[in-house]
Amino acid sequence: MSIPFIMFFVFALVAVGAAIMLILAREPIHSALSLVLVMVALAALYLMLGAEFISAVQVIVYAGAVMVLFVFVIMLLNAGVEERTNFSHMAKYAGLPLAIFLLFGLAHWMAHSAIGATVANGAGAPSQAAVSTRELSTMLFQKYLFPFEATSILILIAILGALVLAKKGTE
Amino acid sequence: MEFVAQHPILVVSLVKIVVLLFVLMTALAYLSWFERKVIAHIQSRWGPYYVGAHGLLQPLADGVKFLFKEDLTLPAADKVLYILSPFLALSLAMTTLALIPFGPATVYIFGQPTQLVVANVDVGLLFLFAITSIGVYGVALAGWSSNSKYSLLGGLRSSAQMISYEVSLTLSVVGVLLLAGSFNFNEIIEHQQGYFQYLPFIPRWNVFPQIVGFMCYFISAIAETNRAPFDLPEGETELVGGFHTEYSSFKFAMFFMAEYGNMITVSCLATILFFGGWLSPLPDSWTWQQYLPGVGLLLSALYLAYDTVRNMRGIGRIQLAVVTLLAGGIGLLCLLPGVAPVILGPFWFLGKVFFVIFFYVWTRSTLPRMRYDQLMSFGWKLLLPVSLLNLVATALWIVVRHP
Repeated sequence: MSIPFIMFFVFALVAVGAAIMLILAREPIHSALSLVLVMVALAALYLMLGAEFISAVQVIVYAGAVMVLFVFVIMLLNAGVEERTNFSHMAKYAGLPLAIFLLFGLAHWMAHSAIGATVANGAGAPSQAAVSTRELSTMLFQKYLFPFEATSILILIAILGALVLAKKGTE
Repeated sequence: MEFVAQHPILVVSLVKIVVLLFVLMTALAYLSWFERKVIAHIQSRWGPYYVGAHGLLQPLADGVKFLFKEDLTLPAADKVLYILSPFLALSLAMTTLALIPFGPATVYIFGQPTQLVVANVDVGLLFLFAITSIGVYGVALAGWSSNSKYSLLGGLRSSAQMISYEVSLTLSVVGVLLLAGSFNFNEIIEHQQGYFQYLPFIPRWNVFPQIVGFMCYFISAIAETNRAPFDLPEGETELVGGFHTEYSSFKFAMFFMAEYGNMITVSCLATILFFGGWLSPLPDSWTWQQYLPGVGLLLSALYLAYDTVRNMRGIGRIQLAVVTLLAGGIGLLCLLPGVAPVILGPFWFLGKVFFVIFFYVWTRSTLPRMRYDQLMSFGWKLLLPVSLLNLVATALWIVVRHP
């Protein structure tokens, strides 16, 4: 039991636990904060894989910017406590069995396939393929320039679309 | 000692963290004294005066007062978040200091060579931004969890303000990153070594080529740390105390300390990015400069001794005599041949940080608070375009210079 191995399980458990909290919390702001915790735990896992840049950007963009906006909107709208409802028939008879089936399927695959075994054995160990920020940006702006730019245009269109939709009612 | 031999990094880091924490806590306490004194003198008042000589024991009195006040927990508050948010604010404010390099020298702790920085992270600057970007939750959640309209408005204002100014804060330092070509603080500092080619007496600090970036950075940094003239989240005239209206006793003190901690971090970052960090403005060949810190402290001890004898009476005289002896003793310690070269980096670094903090305090005592719409339009319509233009201009300059 090396220290990185234990740390991996700590952060993995935090991530999964916070994700469950996100669904179960009744106060919207608690859900949002659980999501922040998920993001931070994921960033810690990235860091353990040696991806410092991705880890920092994960925190800055998701936990620092996107989720602050979420929290801001929840605070602004003063969203009330959610009401619990019973399972819908769809969820009860199709969703639950499917979820359990997928969980066991993944576990089975992890235990028996070659890729799964390497992933499981390497848990917590820094990846050999960890790239520096310089290599990452070279790849992003030379090899994958077109998909990168296409994504940014897509995001721009999404912003414009949101603006148009928001303006519609107020005219 | 066996444990030290087996886990050198853990033990050395722990020692450095303890030392840094001690220094930081003292600095936080005396920063409040410094601020009150400076503002008072700017406004022709005396400031703290009665507790200790020159009010030097005022921070201690404040701390005791905070500790012994009644610690209220509101019945209508969201308990967990109400208690969590001051801890979040303070711990994040102090974590950032771990990334700051204080000097180039290598020191030995238990025989282990180590640098004057707790964590020399490869992407240090990004990490610092990551930690500060989480810091907004401390303030926003304090406002929300108090379940009071003043607190909520303060929290809302601060999160809106921090989102707005974080953009220009981040963009304004990209120019420096382009010049240095690295996120690592040590590399950014070392890039500023030397003098300009045609003006050989001006050090090559980033503040000269990046003067626009520095201005954008400093203005956004004041807004990020919720300080005057951007302290709307705690605007007393409208919001009682803003996000910390419902906090008392030590929880309030924690917000207070977090604010000062953020101020120190931001000043350290300004020093690293724009003023050459621990680099000396004097040429390296002037080796006598390593005696500057010691001689400076000895001279101030001389002045303090004069002040003790001339102006102080009774218990104040004893207190100031202790301060004099401290300054003189540390001054003599700094003159030791083993210590003098090590202390030079921290001396220049802390000196520059001190000037930035003084500027901060000066701003607070001079400028009136902005109106909220002014704050927003200033951030989005002026600061953001200017820092973007600065970024484009820097990138063009680099492409033209080094094709």
